[in-house]
Amino acid sequence: MSSTNVNERRAAARPEAKKRPGSDRILLAAIGYTVLTVLAVFCIFPFLLVVSSSLTAESAIVEKGFQIIPSVFSVEAYSILFRYPADMLKAYGITITVTLIGTALGLFLTAMTAYVLSRRDFKWRNPFSFFFFFTTLFSGGLVPWYLMIVNYLHLKDTLLVLILPMLLNVFYIIVMKSFMSSIPEAIVESAKIDGAGDFLIFIKLILPLSKPALATIGLFIALGYWNDWYHALLFISDSDLMPLQYYLYRLLGNMDGMRKAMMESGAVVSTSLPTESLKMAMTIVATGPILLAYPFIQRYFVQGLTIGAVKG
Amino acid sequence: MLLMLAPAVLFFLLFAYVPMAGIVLAFKQFNYDGGVFGSPWNGLDNFKFFFDSGDAWRVTRNTALYNIAFIVVNNVLQIFAAILLFEAAGKWFRKIAQTIMFLPYFISWVVVGAIAYNLFNFDVGTINMLRQGLGMEPVDIYNTSAYWPFILVAVSAWKTLGYGMVMYLAAITGIDTEMYEAAEIDGANIFQRIWKITLPNLMPTVIILVLLAIGNIFRGDFGMFYNMVGNNGLLFASTDVIDTFVFRSLTTSNEIGMSAAAGFYQSVLGFATIMFANYAVRKYDKDRALF
Repeated sequence: MSSTNVNERRAAARPEAKKRPGSDRILLAAIGYTVLTVLAVFCIFPFLLVVSSSLTAESAIVEKGFQIIPSVFSVEAYSILFRYPADMLKAYGITITVTLIGTALGLFLTAMTAYVLSRRDFKWRNPFSFFFFFTTLFSGGLVPWYLMIVNYLHLKDTLLVLILPMLLNVFYIIVMKSFMSSIPEAIVESAKIDGAGDFLIFIKLILPLSKPALATIGLFIALGYWNDWYHALLFISDSDLMPLQYYLYRLLGNMDGMRKAMMESGAVVSTSLPTESLKMAMTIVATGPILLAYPFIQRYFVQGLTIGAVKG
Repeated sequence: MLLMLAPAVLFFLLFAYVPMAGIVLAFKQFNYDGGVFGSPWNGLDNFKFFFDSGDAWRVTRNTALYNIAFIVVNNVLQIFAAILLFEAAGKWFRKIAQTIMFLPYFISWVVVGAIAYNLFNFDVGTINMLRQGLGMEPVDIYNTSAYWPFILVAVSAWKTLGYGMVMYLAAITGIDTEMYEAAEIDGANIFQRIWKITLPNLMPTVIILVLLAIGNIFRGDFGMFYNMVGNNGLLFASTDVIDTFVFRSLTTSNEIGMSAAAGFYQSVLGFATIMFANYAVRKYDKDRALF
């Protein structure tokens, strides 16, 4: 734009500038609050629906369907779930075990790999980076991978199959590596002069300095393990090894099996199992820990995404 | 140092590189006695079967079209929400709205499947109850494939809104504030400011993210399609993607050779598109390229 034009505009704008929100800002605020409220409701409505459905009496659901506000309040579904919680607790146990081991081991290996790749004096840095990165570009597909795990590694129906395949993720290694690259090289250099080995430097110096990245990546890994049902779908048929999400998946699809199991264990005497509300209660129970932890861990995920956005 | 890399190298050898050798299965008549390498060759029969049945075209088309729809709808919504959140909302509102919108990202697809059941079930689903309340006929959503493209696009938007919005919010926050101040002095109103400064400055990020998404256009989100649709054959015409097709061929119909062929076809297609996308990113902004 030409300079005279700029001056004219400046002159015109000056009297009002920065004194009170102009009508344009008020209009934008009106649009903004309306649209964002609609979007927020769109995002949270399904959750409210599930919570409310799990607290509605079965008879009311059958008659009037799932409701956003329970017309007949009832905690029957939860009381049945918790009366004979053996299966559910087993699934919880599997998920917690897998999440803890997988996150600890995965995070450690991610950090260690990233550290080596972040060292500028490591000779084969580029070939190894390519070795890892190439797996995100090309793969053998589902079938060879499946056969490898089942026929060659013999991991079907083991706890390991829920942990191993998700242990490392190239994207996390890259994010971790770029974080570690920002740690001043002088720190490593001075430790080397003091005679510390590479592994010791990693454990004693790099890990403590990488805490923010470790927290973020660790939570991403943990969320992946907690929400994983896919590996169980493919590799687990033993009901003693079902993780929580897969247990929920089976329950949603196979209420009859659940009913039978509950009648055998004596949880219900008749066939009057509150099917619909029970499904919703189980959904809440499977999601509960995430919903509870969410407000506290959210910022770490935001942090992680922000690193990702900056790095492209 | 090499020792420290060993676990990761072993991991990717076992779970990525050795399975790549299993691609030979796509050209074999698999039987369990022969295993991966002992089964007899059958040339291109698996591919012929996959393409002649019409499945190849159907699942490829579905995968690409869904991903295109997701890319367009999700990014537009995310950018729109990020800009409004940044420009219009107060601090508290911003925090609460972001927290709520980010929530679906944390939920497993199984739970999303349960929510969908809650909404779309014929007898007790919320949608049909609302329709009845308004005096309309109930709709049998789980038996009508025509609804599903819209449902899946909405679900994808719902699940990714917060995630993408946070990413764009970070990009907006990175815009030089001096530009805004200069614009204000020049008398630009807030809409001009968004149109002339925020959007153009956001464009590089948008272009990169979209190009990278295009690179993955032949990879379907298995978790989403499988938990929303499952093995409901009535909906396959409009919902079957390459990933669900490969999964079913492997686990349900046990056509291992054909499943491997379809998987190989997807890998090659995916490799080609991601190379193209990276080339495009590199042309646009060298520093942002993947490699």
